Amino acid sequence: MAFQKMELKDIEVWDGNRAAAQALRQAQVDVVAAYPITPSTPIVEGYAQFTADGYVEGEFVMVESEHAAMSACIGAAAAGGRVATATSSQGLALMSETLYQASGMRLPIVLNLVNRALASPLNVNGDHSDMYMIRDSGWIQFDAYCPQEVYDLNLMAFKVSEDHDIRLPVIVNQDGFMTSHTAQGVRPLSDDEAYAFVGEYNPMNDMLDFEHPVTHGVQTEEDWHFEHKARQHNDLMTKAMPKILEVFADFEKQTGRKYNPVEKYDMDDADVCVVCMGSSVETAREVASEMRANGIKAGVVGLRVVRPIPFFEIADALKDVKAIAALDRSSPNGAAGMLFNEIAGALFNTNTKALLSGYVYGLGGRDLTKAHLVALYNELQANADAGKVTTQLQQFIGVRGPKLAFL
Amino acid sequence: MSEVKNIKNLKEFSTSADRFEGANLLCPGCAHSIIVREVLNATNDDLILSASTGCLEVCTAVYPYTSWDASWIHIGFENSSTAVAGAETMYKALKKKGRLKQPERTPKFISFAGDGASYDIGFQWISGCMERGHNMMHIVLDNEVYANTGGQRSSSTPIGSSATTTPAGKISYGEKRNKKDMMSIMAAHGIPYAAQVSPNKWKDMVKKIQHGMAVDGPVFINAVSPCTTEWKFDPKDTMNIADLATDTLVFPLYEIIDGRELNITYRPKNVIPVEEYLAAQGRFKHLFKDEYKYLIKEWQERVDEKWAYLQRREEARV
Repeated sequence: MAFQKMELKDIEVWDGNRAAAQALRQAQVDVVAAYPITPSTPIVEGYAQFTADGYVEGEFVMVESEHAAMSACIGAAAAGGRVATATSSQGLALMSETLYQASGMRLPIVLNLVNRALASPLNVNGDHSDMYMIRDSGWIQFDAYCPQEVYDLNLMAFKVSEDHDIRLPVIVNQDGFMTSHTAQGVRPLSDDEAYAFVGEYNPMNDMLDFEHPVTHGVQTEEDWHFEHKARQHNDLMTKAMPKILEVFADFEKQTGRKYNPVEKYDMDDADVCVVCMGSSVETAREVASEMRANGIKAGVVGLRVVRPIPFFEIADALKDVKAIAALDRSSPNGAAGMLFNEIAGALFNTNTKALLSGYVYGLGGRDLTKAHLVALYNELQANADAGKVTTQLQQFIGVRGPKLAFL
Repeated sequence: MSEVKNIKNLKEFSTSADRFEGANLLCPGCAHSIIVREVLNATNDDLILSASTGCLEVCTAVYPYTSWDASWIHIGFENSSTAVAGAETMYKALKKKGRLKQPERTPKFISFAGDGASYDIGFQWISGCMERGHNMMHIVLDNEVYANTGGQRSSSTPIGSSATTTPAGKISYGEKRNKKDMMSIMAAHGIPYAAQVSPNKWKDMVKKIQHGMAVDGPVFINAVSPCTTEWKFDPKDTMNIADLATDTLVFPLYEIIDGRELNITYRPKNVIPVEEYLAAQGRFKHLFKDEYKYLIKEWQERVDEKWAYLQRREEARV
């Protein structure tokens, strides 16, 4: 081995970006092609430093744009090796064309997406606009709520992505700044354990196998395009989740840390609950337990796997509650929020009588405070007591000026 | 160890096995397929190829068929260069890690793209690849127009040409701008090798391709590709048009080594007037109206000036 291993403490103090960079180093990625953008930049800076210090044997190439970064990742993945990158916001928007190409070409790539608002107005802070923008791009999407989860989900992402039955790229989301720049205790695996967990890369349809030339990225018109898209969707709907569950189980066996497509907190007897993503899950958990001290049976549901959508798991998690709030951290710009719609879709055709209302919050890094959540839980309890939604279906919280509500 | 093919004459060339099949959907008389064959025939080494979206791509890899008997990738319009650069980067990584399946082989990495995909939309991607020093070759199939989509102007479209987005009309002679000088721009990256080639001078082309494959680092090749459909000439005349392009010096054949040293590689014995090149193509037909004849004169002056410049550059060795 022509690279140095790193001695890690049982608990390291890492922010989300550091956790991602360390996971990429431990996975011994063959090619990282990237372009810097706030707030994901420290991932590639960290990886660059690992490379400069001899901890990485693979190739690290800084290209001239995010579009080129994903283009190079696609070429590298098609050549036949482990590939990863990182980006945020405008960078993701620029590479969005190639995201569809990466997934349509069935190439395993891991992308760390450090969630950030989309301009205009320009904003470098965390919200989920970028995550929402490419939700139909055919990538598997995980969501991490804290640096430990960023680290864990990165290791698991390679295992899911590179499986020969899956061969789909995976995004690991984390909140810009709230997670990416907030240092916490992270329990890493040793370099050997982590690499053993991720496993050796096993190529398929690799361009560098000269005995078996392969054509990647063909043209299909109305005669075949639909079949290709249908097959990709089929594999996302039928194969991806069983594989994810298997990898989650393997990881739990090794670390004791349990992951679920839908994470439930205080949900066993909850009357009212909040469904959200990212670092807000942790805030909501804290408020929910405080609400319980005040007699409101509050719970929290977090989406861990954003794509493929855990449709029935969402319905199951919410089947016994009386009132639900869907928290969307992205401006729906003329619609109900994505989470609102996903939850409504999952609950429709079921026997639940749960009331659903939507909240848009935290755009451009605006804080979601505990006070916001206390008020929100109280509204949910009022809905539950009244047996109907007592507010409008969509409310903006934490925004200046007169109260904004729609639908 | 690189292996070059040594093909002596056209007959031998025409029967030489290659890795680009004749079964493709390109127009009869399209120069793209001729150029691609000439390039692929320059070596016996393994090839990793890419193509940008365009005529070559849509005509050679329509599922469930492929015309490529070598690994080939298409991603999008602007990124064939970066696609192959990514593959080349993976090759380096796996070589270092000892994970190549056939470690003794020395593949060549080649990106094909049209002028629209190179001069316009893919410009930044190519510049990035050249600057980063990937061991690859980017070849422009330069037909001076967006041919795949029906003949819109690109920044390679020459002045006076009638394109669908710069049509000649009652008050217009068509394209108003001069063709972008990509050779100079690419050479300015300081790359080890840049060359302009034409399919009619196939020995010159093969020599340049072999030179490009032998150097370490990025190589840029601009290949004139007469387009029977958009230049509007009879499909049987492709090579005649290419002859006119090189022998009028509208398309001079030269190379630039290390961004500095310029060599002219073909000097026509009898230089033909530019007017004959223009007259042979429907896209310039309107220039022969009385009110636009001054443009033909200007064309000739421009070509003479460029030829003089290239000779001065060659002589100066800088």
